[in-house]
Amino acid sequence: MEYVIIAVLALLGLAIAFGLLLGFASVRFRVEGNPIVEQIDGMLPQTQCGQCGYPGCRPYAEAIADGDAINKCPPGGQSTVEALADLLDLEALPLEGGVEEEPVKTVAYIREDECIGCTKCIQACPVDAILGAAKLMHTVIETECTGCDLCVEPCPVDCIDMLPVETTLNTWKWDMPKPGVQLIVTDRRGEISEEGAA
Amino acid sequence: MSTQFSFHGGVHPPENKHRTTGLSVQTAPIPAELVVPLSQHIGAPSEIVVAIGDKVLKGQVIAEAAGRISVNVHAPSSGTVVAIEKRAVPHISGMQAPCIIIETDGEDRWIEHQGLADYHTLPKQELIDFVRHHGISGMGGAGFPTDVKLHLGDDHIVNTLVINAMECEPYITADDMLLREHSDKVIKGIEVIAHLLQPSHVMIGIEDNKPQAIRALELAAKETKLNLDIVVVPTVYPSGGEKQLIKLLTGIEVPTGHIPADVGIVCQNVGTTAAIYDAVFDGIPLISRIVTLAGEALAQPHNMRALIGTPLEVLLEAAEINQNALYRLVIGGPMMGFTVESQSIPMIKTTNCIIAASYEEMPPAPPANPCIRCGICEQVCPAELLPQQLHWFAKGKEFDKAKQHNLFDCIECGACSYVCPSNIPLVQYYRFAKSEIRNEEAEQRKADHARIRFEARQARLEQEKADKEARRKQRAADAAKAQAVKKDKAATSPDSDKAKSGEPDLKALKTAAAVSRTKLKKAQKALQNAQDKELDGQDKLKATVAELEVKAEAAQQAFDQAQNAPAPAAPVLDIKQLKTNAAVARTKLKQAEKALDKAETSGEGDIEALRVKLSEQQAKTVAAQAAYDNAESGGVAANSVSNEKLEGLKADMEAALGKVNKAQKALDTAIEGNSPAVEKMKAGVEKLQAKYDTLKAEYESTQNLAPTAAVAVSSEQVADLKADMDGMAAKVEKAQKALDVAVESGSPAAEKMKAGVEKLQAKYEAAKDEYEKAISPLNSVPLSIDLEGLKADIEALSGKVQKAQTALAAAQSSGSPAAEKMKAGVEKLQSKLDDLHQEYAQAGGQLPEPEPEVIDPKALKQQVSIMRTKLKKAQQALETANEQGDAEDLSELNAEVERLTSLHDEAKAAFDAYEKTQVDKAAAEGIDLKQLKIDAAMARAAVTKAERAAKKAREEKVEDLSGIEQQLVVAQQEAEHLNQTLSRFTD
Repeated sequence: MEYVIIAVLALLGLAIAFGLLLGFASVRFRVEGNPIVEQIDGMLPQTQCGQCGYPGCRPYAEAIADGDAINKCPPGGQSTVEALADLLDLEALPLEGGVEEEPVKTVAYIREDECIGCTKCIQACPVDAILGAAKLMHTVIETECTGCDLCVEPCPVDCIDMLPVETTLNTWKWDMPKPGVQLIVTDRRGEISEEGAA
Repeated sequence: MSTQFSFHGGVHPPENKHRTTGLSVQTAPIPAELVVPLSQHIGAPSEIVVAIGDKVLKGQVIAEAAGRISVNVHAPSSGTVVAIEKRAVPHISGMQAPCIIIETDGEDRWIEHQGLADYHTLPKQELIDFVRHHGISGMGGAGFPTDVKLHLGDDHIVNTLVINAMECEPYITADDMLLREHSDKVIKGIEVIAHLLQPSHVMIGIEDNKPQAIRALELAAKETKLNLDIVVVPTVYPSGGEKQLIKLLTGIEVPTGHIPADVGIVCQNVGTTAAIYDAVFDGIPLISRIVTLAGEALAQPHNMRALIGTPLEVLLEAAEINQNALYRLVIGGPMMGFTVESQSIPMIKTTNCIIAASYEEMPPAPPANPCIRCGICEQVCPAELLPQQLHWFAKGKEFDKAKQHNLFDCIECGACSYVCPSNIPLVQYYRFAKSEIRNEEAEQRKADHARIRFEARQARLEQEKADKEARRKQRAADAAKAQAVKKDKAATSPDSDKAKSGEPDLKALKTAAAVSRTKLKKAQKALQNAQDKELDGQDKLKATVAELEVKAEAAQQAFDQAQNAPAPAAPVLDIKQLKTNAAVARTKLKQAEKALDKAETSGEGDIEALRVKLSEQQAKTVAAQAAYDNAESGGVAANSVSNEKLEGLKADMEAALGKVNKAQKALDTAIEGNSPAVEKMKAGVEKLQAKYDTLKAEYESTQNLAPTAAVAVSSEQVADLKADMDGMAAKVEKAQKALDVAVESGSPAAEKMKAGVEKLQAKYEAAKDEYEKAISPLNSVPLSIDLEGLKADIEALSGKVQKAQTALAAAQSSGSPAAEKMKAGVEKLQSKLDDLHQEYAQAGGQLPEPEPEVIDPKALKQQVSIMRTKLKKAQQALETANEQGDAEDLSELNAEVERLTSLHDEAKAAFDAYEKTQVDKAAAEGIDLKQLKIDAAMARAAVTKAERAAKKAREEKVEDLSGIEQQLVVAQQEAEHLNQTLSRFTD
């Protein structure tokens, strides 16, 4: 009987000691905010376009952390959805709205002859990529533009175009090799001769 | 010297080099058009420094280095810049890039250029800049700016300089030929580099398939003092790869993600060293290079020194191309080069080989088969990677995993593809994966950048919002403060504010004062009425009166204060008094007129004296009327006898007199000349005369205001007072005598009589005072005071008489001897009292009817309406009671209603009677009261209208005012007349 009491007391003491330790640690090493939000935010394209229904990428990241769907980011495309699925160990849903292909990167372009200098697009731009002053022509700083389209709607004279980003020698990408055409051996000759004739 | 080191893997593709080594290096023809891309090197494109139309000389800088990693671009030959535009450039994508297009003039004229006499004496930085300015970039493959590599000695310990003379790719023999022909240049170029980097050891790596080049090098190397080794290595592809070469020569492996300088090694291509030699010793920039033209489609494959920017077709022509045999045009070697479609593409600094291949030579890649996991690729990979794994990852777009498997260590040598039994384009997969990863990273960087900007913007907006809010609060606080200050000011100096706005306020104040006075009077009347008739609500009325009194006083005070100006102490004349004066004067005038008429008709009396009296009276009347008018119309004249005003009036009067005289003269002349306008002129003269009279009257009234007012109290009055006084004096004397007698006789009433005498004496003195006041020209004693005084006298006297009688009775009963005398005294007193009574009657008869006898129509009307209201209320209560069937109340209420009905009827009857009397009174004189009222109102309106017109005319400075003024005068007269008539019936 004595041994039982000693064992119980010893365990009780240990439990109290570790409980205090854990309690202290939870206070002392408290993590501010949800670290997963940072990771999710890092994966989002940061266009701040609001197409997900949230006012910016970070709010959407927070919403995802709280359990919102991960397929609401058209600028990020399917790759973002997949990355998020990997990170959160979720099923990679198809992009909402059914956009299958990779989104075309665009950049805003102001037709400067038509600009009346109303500054409305400047106020709309989430990343301060539009330069100009009242009653003076505005222009888009191309390298800062995220292509979010938010400036198009407020323009009273519709002088903003969203142009696809032009590929330069520096941004040119190799294509994925076309998957090998499965030919039977007898077709092989014909295919070659055909090309040779061409 | 040969090496004992080796690198992993490698392949042995057919070399195909022998065909181009047979001929010496030819000089390529100068093309008609040179296309010089701005970006022939890795790094930032150079910046154009020429314009279209500029003449350029050979070796002239046409684009300058922009940024750290960049080099100059020079004109390869002399000519004219004809265009700066995008052209297809040697790139795997076949895309276009900005190029300077020079139309050559064929003269190939050099710009002045000079090498360095002794580069050893030059600071290293200047030497490096010299190299940079001569446009030298790596000529082996990537085209990395050479000057950057020459700087490596600054922050790295460079032990070994490795010179790459391997040229491991099949077909290419450009370096081989360079070494065969210009090995001395190469060695001297190495010396320059060694001077800059100060390596302890220089190694030239060269494959054993170039024996002639090795020999030439060894010959040239004998002259150098450098610790230089020419290392001949077995031919294996890709021994020319930088890292592979380093491994091969030194056994050192350059770690992943590091450059050779990190392990103390710098690697340069032999072509680059030769270019450095050209630049440093001859001042020749990098405008040409040796390029191998190979391929079965060429009849004359050989090496050529060609100008940078020469279109491929020119070179191919020079090599006698057979276009029909050409199947594929490849820039670079067969292993790492790329196919281009156009022959107009220019050659650039890194173009070491052009292969014009026939179909048989380079057949299309056979279709790829599935990977059989044979693992041969792994065995040949010089970078010791797992090509097969990388292939899977790239195909599955698992780029992270590909990266983890060191995809970026792949040198894309193509050995794996070369050996792949399934013909899988492995290198293409790796390139794809690499570019995808790079792209993703770029996007990530951009996203991070965007996030930073977004967050900065959010922070800025929030700050702005906070600032705005703070400013708003600040403004509100300021406004509140300002308001408080304003209030304080207003509280401390209200007088000054009022004084500032004095002029416009005056009228308003006057109106306010008048209104409050009127209200007060009304209320007083109502109260009086109520008191007289013992009506209900007297308390309320009293309170109202008190309130109004206070208000009226305040208003009057405010007005007085505002008026202050020239004569604040001047007594405000009682308008009523003045009015009375005027009326009295008028009456007297009439009397005098009547007397005169009488005298004239009867021919009796002193008519002359009467006339004088009449004219005097007339003047007085006019003066009194004017004084009254003045007082009423603003009281300016009444307030003070202002000299200025007087003078102004005098001047006006004189002017008017002058006008009258003039007009009279004109009239006289007209009459003499029998002018037809005589009638009109006469009227005009009369008008002028009237005007003059008015002015004169005004002047006089102003001048004699106070005296006339006093005079207006009238001589009769004064005489009465004098008589009164004299009577009193006599009384006092008599009483004194009586007293004396009483005292002498020791009458017990003597004491009492003495008191009576004293009282009489006081009375006398009061009367005397009154008289003096009346005759004093500066005093306008109200007539009513006389009356009051008389009344008081009478009362006092009657009291005395009674006392005296009582005393007499006492004396008689006691058998006093003074009783007789006392009796006489009492009689005298009695007679005095009678006299006073008469006097009083006389004075009262001359004055208006006392107040109680005047019927106030307004009060009557009010009474009627009050009664009506009360009656209605009572009737309502009765009805309610009827409905509720309360018997007791019913009877009470009935009684009340009856009582009220009778009261109401009474009041109504009184009012009706009054009205009837008025109407009758008017009717008696043949006047319709209603019509009269309307006429009077119309006349008043006409006066107002005329006044306005006159005012307007004056404001607009219309010269001929006489017409308007005349109208005004006429209208005023009419209105006055009607008002007077009306006032007789309504007052």
